[in-house]
Amino acid sequence: MNRRPVFLITVLCFGFAFFYIPILSMIVYSFNASRLATVWGGFSTRWYVSLLSNDQVINALVLSLKIAFVSASVATILGTMAGITLARFTKFRGRMVFSGLVTAPLVMPEVITGISSLIFFIILADWIGWPGQRGFTTITLAHITFSMVFVTIIVQSRMLQMDRTIEEAAMDLGSRPWQVMKDITLPVISPAIVSGWLLAFTISLDDVVITSFTTGPGSTTLPLLIWSKVKLGVTPDINALATLMVVTVGIGVVAAGIILNRAERRRLIEERMAHERDG
Amino acid sequence: MSGGRLSRWFDRKGWTALLIGAPYLWLVLFFLLPFLIVVAMSVATKTPTAPPFSFGGEHPVVNLDAYGRVLTDGLYLRAFLTSITNALVAMILCLLIGYPMALGLTRVSKGWRNILLMLVILPFWTSFLLRVYAWMGMMGRNSWFNGLLTDSWNFLVPLDWAVRSVPMMHTNFAVVLVMVYTYLPFMILPLYASLERLDPVLDEAAMDLGSRPWQVFRDVTLPQSIPGIVAGGMLVFIPAAGELVIPSLVGNASSPMIGRLISDEFSSARDWPMASAVAVVLLVLMVVPTMLYSHFQAKSEGSK
Repeated sequence: MNRRPVFLITVLCFGFAFFYIPILSMIVYSFNASRLATVWGGFSTRWYVSLLSNDQVINALVLSLKIAFVSASVATILGTMAGITLARFTKFRGRMVFSGLVTAPLVMPEVITGISSLIFFIILADWIGWPGQRGFTTITLAHITFSMVFVTIIVQSRMLQMDRTIEEAAMDLGSRPWQVMKDITLPVISPAIVSGWLLAFTISLDDVVITSFTTGPGSTTLPLLIWSKVKLGVTPDINALATLMVVTVGIGVVAAGIILNRAERRRLIEERMAHERDG
Repeated sequence: MSGGRLSRWFDRKGWTALLIGAPYLWLVLFFLLPFLIVVAMSVATKTPTAPPFSFGGEHPVVNLDAYGRVLTDGLYLRAFLTSITNALVAMILCLLIGYPMALGLTRVSKGWRNILLMLVILPFWTSFLLRVYAWMGMMGRNSWFNGLLTDSWNFLVPLDWAVRSVPMMHTNFAVVLVMVYTYLPFMILPLYASLERLDPVLDEAAMDLGSRPWQVFRDVTLPQSIPGIVAGGMLVFIPAAGELVIPSLVGNASSPMIGRLISDEFSSARDWPMASAVAVVLLVLMVVPTMLYSHFQAKSEGSK
């Protein structure tokens, strides 16, 4: 095992070049002065300036953030409940159907989820008059549905790793089930809930296909706006917008990773110290 | 006393019912029901009304015309074939690139490993649409990348074959390339997870017994990583086969993939029964690899 795996390291280098060169190229060309997106015409920040004064982009961003915030929050609540259910209640009527329902949205092609949601909303509006106008509400409902299952998976796997004896001890000491949940289970799985929320938030913020089917007149989210522009080709202002988005998310993810890593390390140290004190 | 009884009922039954019931009800209402409507829609009849379908009346209640067309019309058969071929090729390429990358990740030092894993996961969080877009910038006729490829091609081949630019955009090649780009992390992560668990002692034992490195790989490493290969393969194949965004942006419009066909039938042709029938057939085709996947998942869970 002491040989240097030259071949594997070479593939890794090429692999990461493959991952990041297109994005770096896009970032470089966002500073292109030329109107032709792929021909270099000198350095300029003009596309960033014009982006910041573009109301269409700002409005779309605000709508996307609103939808992502609401849908991630509801999806986190429902997804956490489902994750706890699947990890703790191994026997109840309809468990098979339930675990199927949690897996199915993951493997369902987005186009199909999209048209089935749209048909559902149209037929519902036809029968009971709600939802009247498609837009914020319908997009949010669809996003909750397909992002909650991601939260479920994260929470479920954390629950399965969890030490159950603490919960049982609290029960034996007379805590009621919902108190055990509030005081023990939820604090222990809180990192999983936070990553679930973040994942649901980014999934909603990023979605094109399902949003394009469930949107209505006047409700253009940021991905829909980019989608409609990108269909016509590569433009320097989209390069600038893309750069801002990629850099923001990149910094956010790295920061979150570092914070979660530190918290996890601190928890491990505390656990070990507690054990040493006891032993 | 009734308050006490209520709270006891809540502790025993109500609490669990709430915990199970809320997400269950939500998924039934907003996922299962819409899906069942699509299945029903696939046997409806297209009408010029709004909404554009009908069951019964002067039309048959169960109309199988849409399924008949899926199975006989060349357009649909070609679209299914294109989708499955593109997804398979993308899956195999992801495996060929992803396997050595995942194996490499298990061989680097711990500090590097965390950084590199972060770099594999990072694209997951950045916009999918923008990752596709980044390649549109690379593949365009005037881009530096296309220029580089054109120059190398012209340098290598006889003068008669020289080209002004490499035709990349709007081809199946572009679709596969961008699929590999966007789905490669889905392949690397499960492969890494299954390779990381392997005990290096087995490798050393095989080496000590006189195996050559490639024999160790073939006889020890590869067989043990099959669950990872299956998981990664399915995670690439399933979304790739139903992909809509990539073929719409970089694909060849004259040989559409199935996702685009469903979307066009639905939005442009306003033929809901047809779109639904194609969707149902696609799902049936997906069931086979999904079953295979969960079969292997269950097996690897069991062996842990």
